[in-house]
Amino acid sequence: MSVTASIPFRLPNDHWRPLEIVFWLLPVIAYFIFPDYLVLASQILIVGLFAVTLDLILGYAGIISLGQAAFFGVGAYTAGLLAVHGWGEPLTGLLAAAVGAGIVGFLTSFLVVRGQDLTRLMVTLGIGLMLFEAANKAAFVTGGVDGLSGVVMWKVLGLFDFDINGRTAFWYTLMVVFTLFVIARRIVNSPFGLSLRGIREGPRRMPAIGSPVPRRLIAIFTVSAAMAGVAGGLLAQTTQFVGIDSLGFPRSAELLIIVVLGGVGRLYGAMIGAAVFMIAKDYLSGQNPVYWQFWIGILLIVVVLFGRGGIMGRAEALWARLRRRA
Amino acid sequence: MTSVLGVLFDGVTYGCLLFVMSIGLSVTMGLMNFINLAHGAFAMVGGYVCVVAMTRMGLPFLATLPIAFAASAVLGVILERALYQRLYRAPHLDQVMFSIGLVFVAIAGATYFFGPSQQPVVLPSFLRGQVQVLGVDLGAYRLFLIALVTMITAALHFLLVGTRFGAQVRASVDNATAAAGMGIDVNLVFAVTFALGSGLAGLGGGLGIDVLGLDPTFPLKYMVYFLLVVAVGGAGTIKGALVAAIVLGVFDVAGKYYVPQIGAFFIYFLMVVLLLLFPAGLFGRRT
Repeated sequence: MSVTASIPFRLPNDHWRPLEIVFWLLPVIAYFIFPDYLVLASQILIVGLFAVTLDLILGYAGIISLGQAAFFGVGAYTAGLLAVHGWGEPLTGLLAAAVGAGIVGFLTSFLVVRGQDLTRLMVTLGIGLMLFEAANKAAFVTGGVDGLSGVVMWKVLGLFDFDINGRTAFWYTLMVVFTLFVIARRIVNSPFGLSLRGIREGPRRMPAIGSPVPRRLIAIFTVSAAMAGVAGGLLAQTTQFVGIDSLGFPRSAELLIIVVLGGVGRLYGAMIGAAVFMIAKDYLSGQNPVYWQFWIGILLIVVVLFGRGGIMGRAEALWARLRRRA
Repeated sequence: MTSVLGVLFDGVTYGCLLFVMSIGLSVTMGLMNFINLAHGAFAMVGGYVCVVAMTRMGLPFLATLPIAFAASAVLGVILERALYQRLYRAPHLDQVMFSIGLVFVAIAGATYFFGPSQQPVVLPSFLRGQVQVLGVDLGAYRLFLIALVTMITAALHFLLVGTRFGAQVRASVDNATAAAGMGIDVNLVFAVTFALGSGLAGLGGGLGIDVLGLDPTFPLKYMVYFLLVVAVGGAGTIKGALVAAIVLGVFDVAGKYYVPQIGAFFIYFLMVVLLLLFPAGLFGRRT
């Protein structure tokens, strides 16, 4: 039942490798080379963070979720509603988004840890659909299908105003995403993270070595939900709008696609998957949204049938082959 | 009183449609333990085949139904042999991704060929209008649906319980390895049941145009309901799927009729509760 059986199990090792530093310099370089695409760059970072949260529970703990957008949406509405009702301070807004989504995630986690794959899938799907319907019907609070507009943000740290070109939004997003990525990276490289992989590989054996499986899963599910809430909050704050699609099933499905495309169980895979997906979507859906859906479907089928491990898995296999030859 | 009966009647009709469309999914999930989110696509194909046969070839509605069944069944066999069977032993995640991919392709394909709008259906005159039964006005088409589904259920029951093939299917559901060891060609059983299930989904798609509507988002819109029938009823049983489908149908119609403010919220809530109370389904063969 392993999703990524090919990853060797190393002892926790938290050293930053040179490639990782290069990776995080890329958005900085992009800022100077593509100043016209800052909005897209911010969105890629946000979706990347969102994908990392799914990878935490899917790639590490092995929980298939079709409702991750629920937490993204709760975070987005929390941050958005705070700002609409007069509290536009960005960082505390994100904190509130994290707390709100974390609470919903904590409550959901008790339902999720009980079942098998199919039950988990259905329960997460059900929770997501329930929240979507709730937001849809509570239009007097959330704006319903029209979305929540009128989000007014204060200056970041009281210094930097959100500008029309999205410069502040970009740096703000990059800093928040990087901080949370460091936390996620620390979590998966800790003994706790290792125990999650153990649960993924052998949920029946972990209790035998003294690992409290349900408690571990509840912990990571809650953390993942809170971080997804931050991603949602970021989107609400930087676009100053919350659409009801932030809670929708297509967003959860797309996220699953991003993580699988990038490579499950590798945090950088989630980020790279998000970048490839968002750029492809930006380009292709500009031509025709129907073609976009067709090609993403074909891509999924091909990745599942022939491209196990996604982009990162392929890259690692290629790298290993090159090293062997050298 | 009349409204209660009306809601009950509509709910049972709706449940019958859900049953025809999802019984195939129930059997494939029970047989292959395959999480197939694309089952609704077969129903949609059946619906579009009906529409095309009616509007472009001028066939009457009832004559198009067998064609819908056959078309979906053939498509099912092709996809099962070409793609699905490669993933029977794959992780559930792969199956989910693969079937979501199929759903996206189906939606895009339907939009490309037929456009995003709802498709029309012309029922024959004797199925239109109302029939008085015990002083209650009932839709003729809905009565026809219930009668047809009752016949289909009886036929399926006979097939599964009274024939040699049915015994092979039941043996394969209970334990595929042991069944193969007894000389049953499990692959053939898989392929035939997949075709039958897809065909029934296509038939349900055609039957349902008048009640559920038909547009390219159909597979996504009703995906939850199909999964729900299987998860609540327990994979691999006719009785479980039938009871679950009718319960869901009645509750969904009643919820939307009596408390329209909360709309579909109710059915999702019911789904989560039922899943927690009956993790193996109401009549699961496996515990």
